[in-house]
Amino acid sequence: MTSRIRLRVDPIACAGRGLCAEILPGLITLDDWGFPVIRDADVPPGWQAEAGEAVRVCPVLALRLDRVDRPARR
Amino acid sequence: MNTAECRPGLVPGEAGQSAGGLPRLLAERRGGGPATLAGHLARHGGLPTAAWERRRREQFIAEVGRAGLTGRGGAAFPTARKLAAVAAGPGRPVVIANGTEGEPASAKDKVLLAREPHLVLDGAVLAAGLTGARQALVVAHGAVREIVDEAVAERRRARCDPVQVQVLTGAGRFVAGEATALVNWVEHGIPVPTRVPPRISEHGLGGRPTLVQNVETLAHLALIARHGAAWFRSAGTPEEPGSMLVTVLGAVQRPGVYETGIGVPVSSVLARAGGPAAPLTALLIGGYSGSWVDQAAMALPFSAAGLHRAGASPGAGLIAALPAGACGLAETARIARYLATESAGQCGPCLFGLDSIAAELGALAAGHPFDPGRLRRWLGQVDGRGACHHPDGAVRMIRSALRVFAAETARHARGWCCGTRPAGVLPVPSRAGP
Repeated sequence: MTSRIRLRVDPIACAGRGLCAEILPGLITLDDWGFPVIRDADVPPGWQAEAGEAVRVCPVLALRLDRVDRPARR
Repeated sequence: MNTAECRPGLVPGEAGQSAGGLPRLLAERRGGGPATLAGHLARHGGLPTAAWERRRREQFIAEVGRAGLTGRGGAAFPTARKLAAVAAGPGRPVVIANGTEGEPASAKDKVLLAREPHLVLDGAVLAAGLTGARQALVVAHGAVREIVDEAVAERRRARCDPVQVQVLTGAGRFVAGEATALVNWVEHGIPVPTRVPPRISEHGLGGRPTLVQNVETLAHLALIARHGAAWFRSAGTPEEPGSMLVTVLGAVQRPGVYETGIGVPVSSVLARAGGPAAPLTALLIGGYSGSWVDQAAMALPFSAAGLHRAGASPGAGLIAALPAGACGLAETARIARYLATESAGQCGPCLFGLDSIAAELGALAAGHPFDPGRLRRWLGQVDGRGACHHPDGAVRMIRSALRVFAAETARHARGWCCGTRPAGVLPVPSRAGP
């Protein structure tokens, strides 16, 4: 059992400001309308500080980090 | 008007049909109009009261599980699991019978409520009993609201139901029937989906565990209560038992709503509607967020397993037949534009993406220059990106159109169209007012 940190966007709250994609370019890209696409919801250990920063700077509080206690592989 | 008794003169189970024959839901009756309470009870017998005995609830829900009843609103979720989840939820549950039917091409829930309102009300009351709810709300399409009101009044006079039954008119929007949108509509008058953690079966209307169940599903539930699981399973396939209502429209002799066992060939369902009224080129199956299939699908079973091979599913029970001479791309572009305007407008990829996609399809349908690569990229960017499944359904329908009408797409790219009749085989409401 490993605990994973997962990145989630609330699509209703998200206004497409795009700050998250600037902070986490490896994990988040923007679609053609400027809304974040999360490439891999699992945040690698080395990126957790940046992920926390992205959550803090989201002006509409649409980004969240969830701790999931589930085996990484089935 | 004489006040009907709530119990029939016959022993339940002997009154109606005991064999699993069809039709089950839509009885053939002389004269039109909705079934009266007396007529309903004479045909089906009274509703067994076992559901109100707390210790028998679990047995009853297990019987529904053995019947294999699944939701008839499109998602086909096992009804017994939903009943059990709501019954076990924190606090006093509430039941919502979903007769919103926001899909403009679908008529099966309206027809069911207009003809057999008591069967649906039986199911709603029964579901309340099974979950421990004291209140059942019936959300009916505006077209049949008065019939449902009258049926509820009739039952009130006869003192049929041990729970409070209330009727509301559904919001006339495509997404209004989605479960969270329905709860939002009932509670706040806003018919758009929400993200309610964890789920409405635990935290729905007024924070209470909420059972949202399609009206047809509830009608089946009311019959399972009378005749049992084995009876229910005597129609349909072992994997997808029972019957279902199907709206058949487009180029058929008698467009309408028909009840069919799940798993009969698609061609048999069309035959119920008098068969094709013209040579057909394609079918749209499941609804406007369903899938286009070509002629070969006529031989497939009308079931999730059968239609899977053609990339389709029965969805909310709909088959639209496209006649030769109608342009499938033009129909698709019209539906895509409709679905884009019906976005609740809450999620960016759905609001902006569907609009962009509809514009691209409009150009394709009109034979104007369009960029197929960009269209496919946009479909990929919109799929799965909403709080509800509205954008996913639109993407599914459009992708199936690009597959089934591939040759037509190539012709359109060169400025050709084989359409000889004006677009508009499939109904798309024009939005009245602001």
